[in-house]
Amino acid sequence: MSSKNVRILIAKPGLDGHDRGAKYIARALKDNGYEVIYTGLRQTPESIVQTAIQEDVDFVGLSLLSGAHNELFPKVVELLKQNQAEDIIVFGGGVIPEEDIPALNQQGIKAIFTPGTPIKDVVSFIEKNRKT
Amino acid sequence: MKLIQGILQGKVRPLAKAISLVEDNLIDKEELIDQLYPHTGKAAIWGVTGPPGAGKSTLVDKLIDRERSQDHRVAVIAIDPSSPFTGGALLGDRLRMQRHSLDPQVFIRSMASRGHLGGVSWGCSDAIKILDAAGFNTIIIETIGVGQTEIEVVELADLVMLVLAPGMGDEIQAMKAGVMEIGDLFVINKKDLPGSEKLKAEIEYVLNLSSDNPEQLPPVILASAQKSEGIDELWKKLSTKYQQLVKSGYLSARRKERIKKELSRIILYKVHHLLDKKIALQDNIDNWAEQVYLKKDMPYTMVNKQINRFKKEMRLDDSKN
Ligand SMILES: Nc1nc2c(ncn2[C@@H]2O[C@H](COP(=O)(O)OP(=O)(O)OP(=O)(O)O)[C@@H](O)[C@H]2O)c(=O)[nH]1
Ligand SMILES: [Mg+2]
Repeated sequence: MSSKNVRILIAKPGLDGHDRGAKYIARALKDNGYEVIYTGLRQTPESIVQTAIQEDVDFVGLSLLSGAHNELFPKVVELLKQNQAEDIIVFGGGVIPEEDIPALNQQGIKAIFTPGTPIKDVVSFIEKNRKT
Repeated sequence: MKLIQGILQGKVRPLAKAISLVEDNLIDKEELIDQLYPHTGKAAIWGVTGPPGAGKSTLVDKLIDRERSQDHRVAVIAIDPSSPFTGGALLGDRLRMQRHSLDPQVFIRSMASRGHLGGVSWGCSDAIKILDAAGFNTIIIETIGVGQTEIEVVELADLVMLVLAPGMGDEIQAMKAGVMEIGDLFVINKKDLPGSEKLKAEIEYVLNLSSDNPEQLPPVILASAQKSEGIDELWKKLSTKYQQLVKSGYLSARRKERIKKELSRIILYKVHHLLDKKIALQDNIDNWAEQVYLKKDMPYTMVNKQINRFKKEMRLDDSKN
């Protein structure tokens, strides 16, 4: 009966009030067999990180439309590190300009999925990076 | 084990890791739980159950406030169903309690049922022990939205709240049959909606009919979790009820009953596994069925032959040790 299930937190930092994208990805990941925790709109990086730790997730997926990704995404990575939780893998999605992606990758956001990315790409990213 | 020290010191990461260990049913969990067990028994364990959408999570969110006002440390385990097809789950209870996420004295954990029937999950009873040992004063278990058979929370909690709401028609009718018996306390939530008074009267009527002791009827409380109404009354009734349980000695009786059920469950589970391994049922069953089909062996002769083989192997194991 023992089995390691992958747990993923889908969080929406920032102030924009649209969570269709976040809900879509949450549901799609569920349909692919993952346990997904969804926490709703307007989460601060601090609350995202505390949630990720309490829930002992393997991945945090950040969804953002408001353009603050260059501040908020790295902030989450940094806070995870401060809490000795740097083994939790962070990825991002949303309207993010191509030219911002290399810098985000460099700051520890493991992957960025822009709108229109097929869900199977996200799944194969998770399968490649999951612990077991 | 390093985790244990961290848990007893109240650190969040080890606590969260330990819960994953019992959820994933890894063998290390046995040592973990046995070492933590002497530190358990102090927390009050509340179960919150009721049909889908009755407002359980919203209510738990408000109860956390009341507990925090007493400076109690609160842990919540919120269970949602896993998909039987993909094994995936969307865990959404936490969404309604998220404003507590930065309070270091509140710990919230979402759990998927992972195929377990009964409204909770396999890991739940061990997760409760971990939280208890970690020093939380109150542990709240929110079950998945229940039907008639999903009442296992009774075996885990000291006290169970059944949350109902108006406008759920058929669900409530079904509830009246069996689930009604499990509540120590009934909450008619969404009292801001029409029909709540009527529902309260109906519930009280049914409770009255089915009770042998009309003086000791469980309280039925009208509340609106969303509008924060009736929460104080509910919380006070909860505390009173809990004190009653302690004083009457009923709490320790319940806890002994819980241990009995749990030991039986684990023993049966382990014996089942042992049997599976030694008899190798899955590998052999086709062959055995064929023999019986061809009448080369009779059903009971076949079964007893296998059981005797199992006993013999167990004796061999014994003499090896
Ligand atoms: N009108 C009204 N709506 C409420 C009240 N309490 C909760 N709700 C709403 O009812 C819906 C379900 O609330 P939840 O707290 O998620 O219910 P639940 O029982 O936890 O649901 P599941 O966990 O999915 O079974 C939400 O839209 C809430 O906002 C209330 O007192 N009045
Ligand atoms: Mg809920």
